[in-house]
Amino acid sequence: MSLFRHRRLVDRLGRGLCGLATLLALVPLVSVLVWLVSHGARGLSFALFTELPKPFGEVGGGVGQALLGTGIMVGVALLLSMPLGILAGIALAEGGKSRFVQIVRFVADVLAGAPSIAVGVFVYTAVVMPMHGFSAFAGALALAVLMLPTITRSTEELLRLVPIHLREAGLALGLPAWRVTLSVTLKSALPGVATGIMLAVARAAGETAPLLFTAFGSQYWAWNLSEPMAALPLQIFTLASSPFEAWHQQAWAAALVLVTLVLLANLGARFVTRRARGGMAL
Amino acid sequence: MAASLNPTASTHSVADRWFRGLTVAAAAFLVLLLLAILLQLGRAALGALQVFGPVLLTGRTWDPAGATFGILPFVYGTVLTSLLALLIAAPVALGVAVYLAELAPEGAKAPVTVAVELLAAVPSIVYGLWGVFVLVPWLRDTVQPQLQTWLGFLPVFSGASIGFGVLAASLVLAVMILPTLAAISRDVLLAIPRAQREAALALGATRFEMIRDAVLPQALPGIVGAMMLGLGRALGETMAVTMVIGNRADISLSWFAPAQTMASLLANEYAEATEELHLGALAFVGLSLFAVTLLLNLGARGLVRRVAGSAARSPGGAR
Amino acid sequence: MMELEPAIAGPVRPIGSRSTPAPLPFPPERPRSSAKMSTDDLRAWFGTQEVLKGVTLALAERQVTAIIGPSGCGKSTFLRCLNRMHETVPGARAQGRVWLGEQDIYTVDPVVTRRRVGMVFQKPTPFPFLSIRDNVLAGLTLNRERPKHAHAVVEQALQQVGLWDEVKDRLDRPGTSLSGGQQQRLCIARALAVAPEVLLMDEPCSALDPIATARIEELIHELAGRYTMVIVTHNMQQAARVAHVTAFFYMGQLVESGATEQLFTNPKDPRTEDYLTGRFG
Ligand SMILES: Nc1ncnc2c1ncn2[C@@H]1O[C@H](COP(=O)(O)OP(=O)(O)OP(=O)(O)O)[C@@H](O)[C@H]1O
Ligand SMILES: [Mg+2]
Repeated sequence: MSLFRHRRLVDRLGRGLCGLATLLALVPLVSVLVWLVSHGARGLSFALFTELPKPFGEVGGGVGQALLGTGIMVGVALLLSMPLGILAGIALAEGGKSRFVQIVRFVADVLAGAPSIAVGVFVYTAVVMPMHGFSAFAGALALAVLMLPTITRSTEELLRLVPIHLREAGLALGLPAWRVTLSVTLKSALPGVATGIMLAVARAAGETAPLLFTAFGSQYWAWNLSEPMAALPLQIFTLASSPFEAWHQQAWAAALVLVTLVLLANLGARFVTRRARGGMAL
Repeated sequence: MAASLNPTASTHSVADRWFRGLTVAAAAFLVLLLLAILLQLGRAALGALQVFGPVLLTGRTWDPAGATFGILPFVYGTVLTSLLALLIAAPVALGVAVYLAELAPEGAKAPVTVAVELLAAVPSIVYGLWGVFVLVPWLRDTVQPQLQTWLGFLPVFSGASIGFGVLAASLVLAVMILPTLAAISRDVLLAIPRAQREAALALGATRFEMIRDAVLPQALPGIVGAMMLGLGRALGETMAVTMVIGNRADISLSWFAPAQTMASLLANEYAEATEELHLGALAFVGLSLFAVTLLLNLGARGLVRRVAGSAARSPGGAR
Repeated sequence: MMELEPAIAGPVRPIGSRSTPAPLPFPPERPRSSAKMSTDDLRAWFGTQEVLKGVTLALAERQVTAIIGPSGCGKSTFLRCLNRMHETVPGARAQGRVWLGEQDIYTVDPVVTRRRVGMVFQKPTPFPFLSIRDNVLAGLTLNRERPKHAHAVVEQALQQVGLWDEVKDRLDRPGTSLSGGQQQRLCIARALAVAPEVLLMDEPCSALDPIATARIEELIHELAGRYTMVIVTHNMQQAARVAHVTAFFYMGQLVESGATEQLFTNPKDPRTEDYLTGRFG
């Protein structure tokens, strides 16, 4: 009898600890969000989005050039990585269980797990040094290298979820295999594939380390891909590392903008996948 | 019997063959990219390696002005912060995984899963900001003095409490790798067949006993794999660590002392480095980091796959 | 027609190679005038498992041929060799000859053959991302061919399968919004819209209720005068109702084929009789 009570006690305790661990895990998230809102909201202003940073001592200013820079570099990175990633994902999904597919899949996983700072070093030695200077193009390239394996793998997994009978129906209608791949298989998987790309974009938009010595950052409006360019995370780093209270305030505001963008992309992606799943079930 | 697997390929249209070729080329590009990264980093590191040899790895002095490069302090800082982070995060993550896989009521599952995913989605720089302005002051003013009062006799809790240092870096890292650990561990737990659980319950085991005696032992290799993936992520994590670790190339016993990791060294010095040897030594650091995460990935995916059967999926998240 | 076992193990030519044909054990049977399609010593493999062991069969033009036989005997595989769907399975391969009219289909682009030889699957497979109208047109529009009178094509195809009156008011709803039986008829309409000469059907009714089944059988009757059709079925009554000719497969081989009535009432091979009287599992 007492043995049973002991066992029941242990059962309760074990379950309680797991629940407690879950609560504990959420503490940092709540803390981060609370600080972002309480400190960031105060710094939000129209100028934050439209103006350049002001030298210290002057009031106001914004991070407009960093928002623009992030937009440009992530956009270029997307243009570089998306076609390649989707094509590679198709090759993996349609290549069966061949040795080539296994190798490429493993390589993609390794690249996805690679430290982003090391990718920055690679782009520095491969692009920045030969071109004798930091450039937005180098930054975009580093982001593209980080996005490529993610897009490849998520595209592959979503293509594999498309029922084989849809593909066969397309082939049996006399459509060439490549059209079936694009117009039937990829089309069916499109919501999910778009989600994967959106998540990769969100992640790239938040990357700092690979931009440190590729895009380098800038305090001016920049459109030219061959010049240094600002990015929102880089700007937050600069602002936070300064000794000035007003800049810290701006760092929180910029971080609030960044996190809002990233979390919206994540939640949006979840929403799209859920709807796509609902629609796919016959 | 025909030698080729698909003797009919030759009748396929040119467009089909081109498309297939294009996709295969794109896939092959990833392999080329990995090789290019390894080769390029290796080439950049070669000069420094030739000059210093093994001392590059074992030397304790890092002095760019004096052209002396030994990366041991950074290796120490990297390994120490990553292992501490793992030590802190692993039990919590295991609790979350068990809760999500076995205990959570239906209504709680989705919100907790979303929250854990969001935890992974917050960019590294934001954790750095939070570390600098929230975590570091709290450690400096509350946690570290308390630790010193009660456990000050331990060398790891000795020294001045400035907040920036190993402990702060480890805590931030722990937060950042927790979602990875929890998500993969949960997938591994869910992959354990139902029959095993039901057999344990039918024998009169309590829920907790079933988890402890029937589920966890089977899931163990997969959970170890998850930890290796988390460790790989911690080793390469840059921004948040750079912002809170204090950046000093010391090997100190104290966890309150500033230190530096390989990644934070790169973040601090790479853009300013001009000397060939300095750049080479830094490239060597990058190469080592890349190689170690590659090996960890290799081992970890094998372990996770052994349990979960399918390919290990790593959830997206901050690096 | 009895099964033709190749008596001599001669060198066999892989399907589709364009080189001069190696001598076959016996001269390749030229398609007879009444045969729309015919196979000649057709063999098929999944990996190393040989699942069709030399099938020689002629399919009469504008007639319905039923293929019956126990599960796993190779009926689906045989059907899928007739429009080169078999080879789309990784590791699958085929050997022998398949004639469509005067042409060996393994010497031309499979796309060409598949447009002439349509197929309907066991499970209805409308494209979930297309409307009813676009499903009918899928074989054309997904190939970037805009038919001049798209609406006429849709109406005609749907009329042919008797679906027009049921769906004419909701052509823009998704194809998956229809009932199972309607979906299957939609798939037949989709196959007909590309104007094939032959229609292959692999257990087209096995996922349907008796009423929907009766509807499809009726449809097969109606289409019989215009298309050459092959239907795989496990339902002997169905074969008897719809097919002019029936072929019995057993363990990858064609045991016998002949006029349906003759095969059912007076089988030549004891294995056929055993199967028809339910003596196999
Ligand atoms: N995709 C596949 N991979 C490997 N083997 C297969 C595959 N499809 C079928 N087979 C094998 O090929 C043989 C013939 O299969 P097939 O589907 O042609 O049989 P069937 O006569 O159509 O059976 P059923 O009446 O059950 O549909 C079977 O032994 C089966 O196990
Ligand atoms: Mg079958």
